[in-house]
Amino acid sequence: MSEMSVSVSAPTVHPGSQPLPEAPAKVTARNLNFYYGEHHALKNINLALGTNRVTAFIGPSGCGKSTLLRIFNRMYDLYPGQRAEGQLLLDHTNILDPKLDLNLLRARVGMVFQKPTPFPMTIYENIAFGIRLYEKISKSEMDDRVEKALRGGALWNEVKDKLNASGLSLSGGQQQRLCIARTVAVRPEVILFDEPCSALDPISTAKVEELIQELSENYTIAIVTHNMQQAARVSDKTAFMYLGELIEFDDTSKIFTSPSDRRTQDYITGRFG
Amino acid sequence: MNPIYSRRRRKDIVIRGLCIAAAAFGVTWLALILITLLYNGLTGLNLQVFTENTPPPGSTEGGLLNAIVGSLIMTVLGVGIGAPLGLFAGTYLAEYGRNDKLTSVIRFINDILLSAPSIIIGLFIYGAVVVPMRGFSAIAGSLALAVIVIPVVVRTTEDMLLLVPNPLREAASALGLPRSLVIKRIAYRAARSGLITGVLLATARVAGETAPLLFTALSNQFFSLSLNKTMANLPVTINNFVQSPYAYWKQLAWSGALLITLTVLALNIGARILGAERTAK
Repeated sequence: MSEMSVSVSAPTVHPGSQPLPEAPAKVTARNLNFYYGEHHALKNINLALGTNRVTAFIGPSGCGKSTLLRIFNRMYDLYPGQRAEGQLLLDHTNILDPKLDLNLLRARVGMVFQKPTPFPMTIYENIAFGIRLYEKISKSEMDDRVEKALRGGALWNEVKDKLNASGLSLSGGQQQRLCIARTVAVRPEVILFDEPCSALDPISTAKVEELIQELSENYTIAIVTHNMQQAARVSDKTAFMYLGELIEFDDTSKIFTSPSDRRTQDYITGRFG
Repeated sequence: MNPIYSRRRRKDIVIRGLCIAAAAFGVTWLALILITLLYNGLTGLNLQVFTENTPPPGSTEGGLLNAIVGSLIMTVLGVGIGAPLGLFAGTYLAEYGRNDKLTSVIRFINDILLSAPSIIIGLFIYGAVVVPMRGFSAIAGSLALAVIVIPVVVRTTEDMLLLVPNPLREAASALGLPRSLVIKRIAYRAARSGLITGVLLATARVAGETAPLLFTALSNQFFSLSLNKTMANLPVTINNFVQSPYAYWKQLAWSGALLITLTVLALNIGARILGAERTAK
């Protein structure tokens, strides 16, 4: 776990991470603003998440990175008094359209949370539950789908003999991978990770990071993290946010080696935040 | 020894002594009541109590069958009517109306209803049901019990649903679940043992209610399953028999009181076991 060591210098980018060629945009934000009641939390955000790329969001607490993530699947809609303005597209769908079917949007844009949130049911049901929302398939097909999802979540070998145990009986790291498997099972196009490793130990963290890299072959991924080494290890592009503004958005290798903005430089070298 | 420390020690001993004395005082009375009840109730408790109806005045034959069956019917009906209403109302408060102004008003009124004397509820049903129907009836008794059940279940349902962590709801929504399914499949599931506990406690609460039945179902000397007529029930029967001059009636009243107490005890133990399961998770 040498990467876990605390360092005041900029974290090194994982080897072989030459910037990938520019990918077509999956999610595009144009002049995106967000308000918690009167509070203007996000200011004129412009960026694009590349298809099948990992985009990391870093910045000090309260900078708006989680807020931004929660706009991508309209999670904020659960709470009154929160609103977004501007333009946000998923391919050609306007995410902010008030008439948009949120359940269908969330089936396309999955989310994994900071704390593992297994449902109070068996491991098998945790996966099958989401699939049944959209598909009517036979028991044997379902068994296949559950296995595939659990393999996708790098959890199959640990749970294949206890699929009927409660999802709550797993360890924290396993629970988080169960949540990832559950998200993958409904075949979304985009997966949002909101500090997925902040409640996990280093070994579980390494497993989840590895998983994120694998998933990026098939999914467009956005990850919010407080751990800059993590951003450097898993992402292709990194967005640095500060006080509700997008300060810098570039290839991860560029952000961590030669950022153009002074504030990015200060943050990644640990001078504030 | 350090004087400050030794003074604190002496204070501690005195206060602890007072606490133990206060606890012992309270428990003593409870123990005395239970022992008297067991002593007097058990001597008269035999098969006859469960197989024969309440005896006419002066007779030394008979049991409590009609009262036991009547109590069961009205309690089940009362909980059957009150619990679903309470569950739905509690769900509204905790899930749909969590941020509404109306919610705090409803919660306040519910708390008043929760602590309303049951005799008031009996009188209310007397005026609302018994008078228009021109007679006491088992259905009126069930409705009175239901009105007592509702606020208890509303309260426990809301409290238990509020204990379900919000990230769990968000995770379910993030999977594309509509609100109704988030509540039905996730929140209810997570709060299940707490919800059942609430219903059990409400059942225990109404099992021994006398006043609301006195004004509604009254009582019946005979075995009756008709909901339109008066119906025998344990609390009112106990109330009547205790005041009578007949020794056998008094004996039956003790047995009836013991039966109610044991039922309430069993319901409470059941609720505690479910509660323990919840915390163990």
